[in-house]
Amino acid sequence: MPESTLIPLWLTLKVACLATLASGVLGVGLAWWMARRRFVGHALLDALLMLPMVLPPTVLGYYLIVLVGRNGLLGRYLDQWLGINLMFTWQGAVLAAAVVSLPLIYKGARAAFEETDPRLAQAARTLGAGELEVFWRISLPMALRGITAGLMLTFARAMGEFGATLMIAGNLPGKTQTLSIAVYDAVQAGNDAQALWLTGVISAVCVLVLVGSGRLLQTRH
Amino acid sequence: MPTSPPAPALPPVLDIQLHLQAHAPGRHFSLGVAFSSPSLRTALLGPSGVGKSMTLQAVAGLIEAPGHVHVQGQVLQDSQRGLRLSARERGVGYVFQDYALFPHMTVRQNVAFGVRRPGQPRSPQAEDRVNEMLARFQLEELAQAWPRHLSGGQRQRVALARALAAQPRLLLLDEPLSALDTELRLRLRDELQSLLEQIRIPVLLVTHDPQDVAQLAQTVIRLRPGEAARPEHVAERPAAARLA
Repeated sequence: MPESTLIPLWLTLKVACLATLASGVLGVGLAWWMARRRFVGHALLDALLMLPMVLPPTVLGYYLIVLVGRNGLLGRYLDQWLGINLMFTWQGAVLAAAVVSLPLIYKGARAAFEETDPRLAQAARTLGAGELEVFWRISLPMALRGITAGLMLTFARAMGEFGATLMIAGNLPGKTQTLSIAVYDAVQAGNDAQALWLTGVISAVCVLVLVGSGRLLQTRH
Repeated sequence: MPTSPPAPALPPVLDIQLHLQAHAPGRHFSLGVAFSSPSLRTALLGPSGVGKSMTLQAVAGLIEAPGHVHVQGQVLQDSQRGLRLSARERGVGYVFQDYALFPHMTVRQNVAFGVRRPGQPRSPQAEDRVNEMLARFQLEELAQAWPRHLSGGQRQRVALARALAAQPRLLLLDEPLSALDTELRLRLRDELQSLLEQIRIPVLLVTHDPQDVAQLAQTVIRLRPGEAARPEHVAERPAAARLA
């Protein structure tokens, strides 16, 4: 594989893996919490968590700039206190991909938690288990199949992320240029052969991921 | 085997008063349940929908219901005094109607669940306890089996072993025989009867079947729809009057 493919492919995999990890931990935790509790504003929070799925990626990217940009609401403190700047960095691309893919793992994990028979958790409590033990020993293993499938979709979505990533991380070859942005770049430059090749690579990876998650969901019993 | 009522100075085995409430869209359910029982084996009898299972859940601390729950003088809950143990602190064994075995754990892991908390060191006593329960319920050969491969009767034994392994101070049985077909029910009722007569802890069981009451309980509390908000009377039924 030529270096012009390997570098964006490696960057894409790195960004997608870290984004999946971040949205996985956050999404599963939120899903567990939202599946068990009802409170004022529950429906609103649920809608907010699903928002990245329906908002145009550019709008989402703009929100993120307002939030973590150099002069953003959070970004200025990140810069001043911690010396962290997310704009035009691959870490920024991770943030964009994580936010965009969060709804997929959140939705999948929440459905998996809600499908689990609540009496199993109740039985565990009567046997002396605390809430954390119920999560690790009952809820999580019971929901694992749904969560894994959700994580694979999250990964696929994070790999294909384009709009918000472009706005936050830009298009810096070798630094923030992921596969999907490299495709855009190649088409703009009239490099059709490169675009076709990159398209093939990203399609193959996504098909693999979807077949895998479909198989996981099918063998559910 | 005649039952002897406890000496007057002793507190009743069960002293329960609960105000159950449930909200569903278009339906509001509110019911007071109050009874005390002098016997180790008490049955709540009534048709479905009178709050029998809810009573059990409230006694186990799985749902919130104001009132008090006293078991052999020990206070599990007393709303007036602001006392309420959580389900995990109550030490109440609960056998669910469909047994609610953990499907991702083997029979042995199910039985061991309440014996040792994660993080605690492995102790020979805990292992012994699990082995003892497996032996007592004839589950040794099924120790490595998964719940989905068990018959109804085997599942019930696992559920009982799991609940009793945790050494509860009270055992709750929710329709213990209703998940079984008729023939098996007759046999398992006999088994359950001899088990309940062996264990020395209070048992509260819920059923809609008078035959269960006759064979398994010493005291019956009848819950009836309509007159549910009032304290329920307790009818003592000596074991000699069992329906054969």
